[in-house]
Amino acid sequence: MKRIKSLLRGNIRQYAMIIALVVVVVIFEFLTKGILLKPLNISNLIQQNAYILILAIGMLLCILTIGNIDLSVGSVVGLVGALSAIFVLKLNMPIWISIVLSLMAGFLIGAWQGVWIAYIGVPAFIVTLGGQLIFRGLTMVALQGTSLAPLPTSYTFLAAGFVPDIANIEGINLLALLFGAVASILFIINEINKRRSKKKYNFDVPSIGAFLFKLFAITAVIMAFSYALALYRGIPTVLLIVVALVLIYTFVTDKTIPGRHIYAYGGNPKAARLSGIKTKRVLFWVYVNMGVLAALAGIVFTGRLNSATPKGGYGFELDAIAACFIGGASTTGGIGTVVGAIVGGLLMGVLNNGMSIMGVSIDWQQAIKGFVLLIAVGFDVISKIKSKV
Amino acid sequence: MGKYILEMRNITKTFPGVKALDNVNFRVIPHHIHALVGENGAGKSTLMNILSAVYPHGTYEGDIVVDDEVCVFRSIKDSEAKGIAIIHQELALIPSLSIAENVFLGNEQTDKGLIINWDKTRTKTIEMLKKVGLDERTDTKIKDIGLGKQQLVEIVKALAKDVRLLILDEPTAALNDKDSDHLLDLLVDLKAHGITSIIISHKLNEITKVADEITILRDGATIETLVKGVDDISEERIIKSMVGREIVDRFPKRQNKIGDILFEVKNWNAFDPLDSEKQVIRDVNINVRKGEVVGIAGLMGAGRTELAMSLFGKAYGTKITGKIYKSGEELDLRDVSDAIAKGIAYATEDRKTAGLILIDDIKRNITLSSLHSLRKKSMVIDDNLEIKVGEEYRKKLNIKSSSILQKTGDLSGGNQQKVVFSKCIFSDPDILFLDEPTRGIDVGAKYEIYTIINELVEKGKSVVMISSELPELLGMCDRVYVMNRGMIVGELKASEASQEKIMQFIMQSNKEVLK
Repeated sequence: MKRIKSLLRGNIRQYAMIIALVVVVVIFEFLTKGILLKPLNISNLIQQNAYILILAIGMLLCILTIGNIDLSVGSVVGLVGALSAIFVLKLNMPIWISIVLSLMAGFLIGAWQGVWIAYIGVPAFIVTLGGQLIFRGLTMVALQGTSLAPLPTSYTFLAAGFVPDIANIEGINLLALLFGAVASILFIINEINKRRSKKKYNFDVPSIGAFLFKLFAITAVIMAFSYALALYRGIPTVLLIVVALVLIYTFVTDKTIPGRHIYAYGGNPKAARLSGIKTKRVLFWVYVNMGVLAALAGIVFTGRLNSATPKGGYGFELDAIAACFIGGASTTGGIGTVVGAIVGGLLMGVLNNGMSIMGVSIDWQQAIKGFVLLIAVGFDVISKIKSKV
Repeated sequence: MGKYILEMRNITKTFPGVKALDNVNFRVIPHHIHALVGENGAGKSTLMNILSAVYPHGTYEGDIVVDDEVCVFRSIKDSEAKGIAIIHQELALIPSLSIAENVFLGNEQTDKGLIINWDKTRTKTIEMLKKVGLDERTDTKIKDIGLGKQQLVEIVKALAKDVRLLILDEPTAALNDKDSDHLLDLLVDLKAHGITSIIISHKLNEITKVADEITILRDGATIETLVKGVDDISEERIIKSMVGREIVDRFPKRQNKIGDILFEVKNWNAFDPLDSEKQVIRDVNINVRKGEVVGIAGLMGAGRTELAMSLFGKAYGTKITGKIYKSGEELDLRDVSDAIAKGIAYATEDRKTAGLILIDDIKRNITLSSLHSLRKKSMVIDDNLEIKVGEEYRKKLNIKSSSILQKTGDLSGGNQQKVVFSKCIFSDPDILFLDEPTRGIDVGAKYEIYTIINELVEKGKSVVMISSELPELLGMCDRVYVMNRGMIVGELKASEASQEKIMQFIMQSNKEVLK
């Protein structure tokens, strides 16, 4: 019992958010009379939230560095969306070139803000608030106040398309099932390896019962999820992008030197500097990364909308920031995970989607989302005070 | 009024693991200037913090008696109500506010309720500025006046609260001599106006000049109180009383072979990064031999930490000039990672705010400086290797913890210091700068730290040890440099070094500047 308590305490934030997500899903499944988890709606949920999840990953890295946030990402989404639409529709460039150019634009935007923040030393809040205005303004200039639409299907495929199936069976998508099976097996192997190496070094591990339950629960969720996808049109392309990003960024933050440097910088910038970490460089690249991911989100969002509009991406920064904090990131930096930010983003997404299905008006949606953010972070702060006593 | 304005009776204060004050008795006669002297760590500041309720009633044993009445000070307000005000070394002024606003901060001159009467505020401020001889407009901002004048504003602030007993902690440490003289004259003047003061200072020449009585603290105990006109209050007499303790065997023995010069610094100069006109390090020349422990002695603010950090890849300072040689080869260290790569390590004096990542576990802290040596491929960290390294150091340095996954924020000071040491040692340096390696650590852990230092030099590493505890330097070092005002003012071999000699070097250089 004691062991369970101590294990729970260590991971309470992560588990709490996952439990909260499950509870919210169950509640809305009930309130929407089963519409929430219909195969069609699950695909919708993914495509609706992919760009927020992409932004949340980049935002998490910003927040890890002493709680810096990036207020400009919504505007960057708008600007890059506009640029990519111009490349495709006005300049008739091939899709892949326009995507590469758009990502490069994101790189340059990130580098511009990174220089101001890391090397000149203007607070990130100010630089990105400025960026929010600058890039929104430039979006309007680029689009001359009107929308650009429609985009070719080869462009929207990225955001709204589905991966073609490998076999042609009526009513079920084989690739989605296969995808779920492979993901489950990889997950199980990874968990067993982790447990084995922990045991080898005599670290605390959960009891075998709890471990098997966890394996079973998560595998069941993965399989149910892929079955639902299989019943509709299969794997949304954008899901592959998000999953790939989650895997890559989890690996980078967990296992690599740059990842460690980001956490160290957020944990204590002075100590990090005296440990030989080039702190300015860390900060710079975190913002470059944010720029690139914001550009990717811009491409996905424009594809989903099938048009580039002057207001595209408006307010996205707040959703991305909220996702990170709901997912357990610390406002002072150094604490937070990519998976946490994704869980936070999904929680917000399910709230949005569920309330929309129920017909809750947009003004009430806003108020409720704000309340949820406050409760989530408040819970976190209180549990931290308690664990100190 | 009784014989004493203030009596502190049998004061004992314990911090976790350390007895900072042990049965201290301290009496102050009204209308006197009473000096409190002692080495760093002797307990002067602790005693004054008790008096001004920084450590409130109940956190210590003993009585505070003001005017023959036992007092209970629960907060600074209580001690202020009795007319006691303390002026800390770090001034408590708000730079962006004006002199008048600062003087009446927390003590605002109001008409009724919450509305500030600015006329009254200004008139009163002008009146008091005159009293202390400060010729500044009341609306001048604090950040626009010098440190000496800021010190005077602090005094005015205390006077505004009808202070009877003024405590000054190292008031002249950061002042130039003209400002110091002015301040001391002011204290004498205030004495004539019925204000008693307690002055804590390392500058014995100043103390012998103005103090009526001198109480000496050593190792948290009162040694004696010397009275002007009755006792001998020469500097030599005071120093003897301050340091006069027999060094018992608190330091482990070692067998180190001292080799050739490994590390040499020539004509090193550095300026304050916040004020590039202020020179912090002046023309320093030092060398360290292989297998040698070299100490740097000096008072707070002498520039020791600044010297070590500026050498450590310019982690401190601006407009740095000078040359560093290691094994005869000149080093060009642009940043900290350069310094680490060239075999230099620096363990900070401030392990909590600059040494450790407190929210991270032991192993991640140990490996932080040298992640590249844990590489599996390119940028990927080998987790297993990292765990092995963590375990190895946990055992080797005897870091008392539940496992290497324990957060460093939950460790005791001594064990935190061992983690900092582990980080330094794991970066495989040839020379280690250890800044106050035993500050705030209990006696047992100190011995362990000394043993680690001995093992390092026995393996042929070199150690530069900065410490404010002279006995520690004398017990551990093969050679000691004495630093004061950013300069090296003396060098002593272990055989010839003594606390008196070190203090004399410092006093001597202070006198030279006075001339």
